[in-house]
Amino acid sequence: MKKLFVLMLTIVLSLGLSTLAFGEGVLKVATEAGFMPFEYVGAETGELLGFDMDLIRAVGEVLGLDVTIDNISWDGLIPALLNNNYDAVIAGVTITPERQASVNFSDPYFESVLTIVTKANAANITSLQDLTGQTAAVQISTTGDFVASDLQDEGGLKSVSRYDTVPDAMQAVIIGAAHAVIVDLPVAEAYLQANPSVPLKAAGAVSANEYYGIAVNKNNVELLEQVNSALDTLKQNGTYDAIYAKWFGLN
Amino acid sequence: MDFRWDLVWSSLPTLLTGAKLTVQLTAVSVFFGIILGTFAGIARITKGPLKVLSAAYIDVIRGTPLLVQTFLIFYGLPSLIRRPIPAYVAAIVALSINSGAYVGEIVRSGIQSIDRGQWEAAASLGHSRSQTMGYIILPQAFRRILPPLGNEFIALLKDSSLVSVIALEELVRKGQIIIGRTFRPFEVWLAVALIYFVMTFTVSRFVNLLERRVAPES
Repeated sequence: MKKLFVLMLTIVLSLGLSTLAFGEGVLKVATEAGFMPFEYVGAETGELLGFDMDLIRAVGEVLGLDVTIDNISWDGLIPALLNNNYDAVIAGVTITPERQASVNFSDPYFESVLTIVTKANAANITSLQDLTGQTAAVQISTTGDFVASDLQDEGGLKSVSRYDTVPDAMQAVIIGAAHAVIVDLPVAEAYLQANPSVPLKAAGAVSANEYYGIAVNKNNVELLEQVNSALDTLKQNGTYDAIYAKWFGLN
Repeated sequence: MDFRWDLVWSSLPTLLTGAKLTVQLTAVSVFFGIILGTFAGIARITKGPLKVLSAAYIDVIRGTPLLVQTFLIFYGLPSLIRRPIPAYVAAIVALSINSGAYVGEIVRSGIQSIDRGQWEAAASLGHSRSQTMGYIILPQAFRRILPPLGNEFIALLKDSSLVSVIALEELVRKGQIIIGRTFRPFEVWLAVALIYFVMTFTVSRFVNLLERRVAPES
């Protein structure tokens, strides 16, 4: 009985501990893989793919670090960084003053903009004002959420439905639970391209440009400098352009 | 460690609006859950097709996660009935159906816990089966199912947090929204936990009071 207990304890502990990464030379990265083409789970391999994933792996290569990436929930990314569960977050995170109050961002690595996704048969929408009196679906705590929330406070939107992932928000429009999704334009385009049968369409840009950065704990100034210098290297040696071309075509 | 009590206090007003929805969802779902569960529980001890139907309902609902049931109703059902289901309605339906299955088992066990001799005694006095059930068995069973029913109420109150995934801004989702702007999970989740505890504690005290009111079995 006692032997059995010890054996089971050993099994449980080894199973539990094997998932923890130890040691030097590892860059522990967190992302939220519902944000194609920046980060998503590959259909065949289950591997994390996308522009961000290639970029952070290239950063790791420049720095001589093994990159491990975990796919966690969007609203847990920055808290996990603050707890030092991870060294860095790359998840199409827009650099905002509010977020900068909590974490440091690398130099911007991508320029993005918001768009509006509606049913394909909906009236044409060209600006946020066209959404007056309607319900917007957004991913919780994204810039799309912040824009929608401000719009609602100003009396423009009737309500804002906040979902955990972008695909959930898209699905809400498909089933008629919301009128429109406010989301990053490249993500909307990739979603529509990957799901040609969905009855959705995207408008053009509806907001000011925003910039994605790699987030690092404020206490980890050394890593921030390393990441920035690695980004510089990748831009100079053509790797950045190659990754960009791979995911977005030629610049 | 820097713990910001001011953040706990300042997030309370927003969290309380979420708690209001939590209470609403729970109260409405418990109401429907008790109705559903009473029927299911009684059907469970009949003979014939009703028994099979009720057993299937209870087994399927208890055997699948509430989260999956919520997704099925909110995302799946609209494509079947070809019209959207508001998130609030989907949540009430999911929570009620789920709760009904558990209440069904509580009701069944409550009824079966009443001595069989009572059925025989009632029959010998000329009561029909439904009279016996309504006047003799159920009133006694009610007293016994009150404590597990209270547990179920509390469980549902906590489980209602799952419907945050369909964009209902109940207590947990309000907490997430605040964290998304402040990045202070410890303070906010502590405030959320505190509010849940106040709610569940109130319910359990209330159930205790009710138990004493319906005369203790001693």
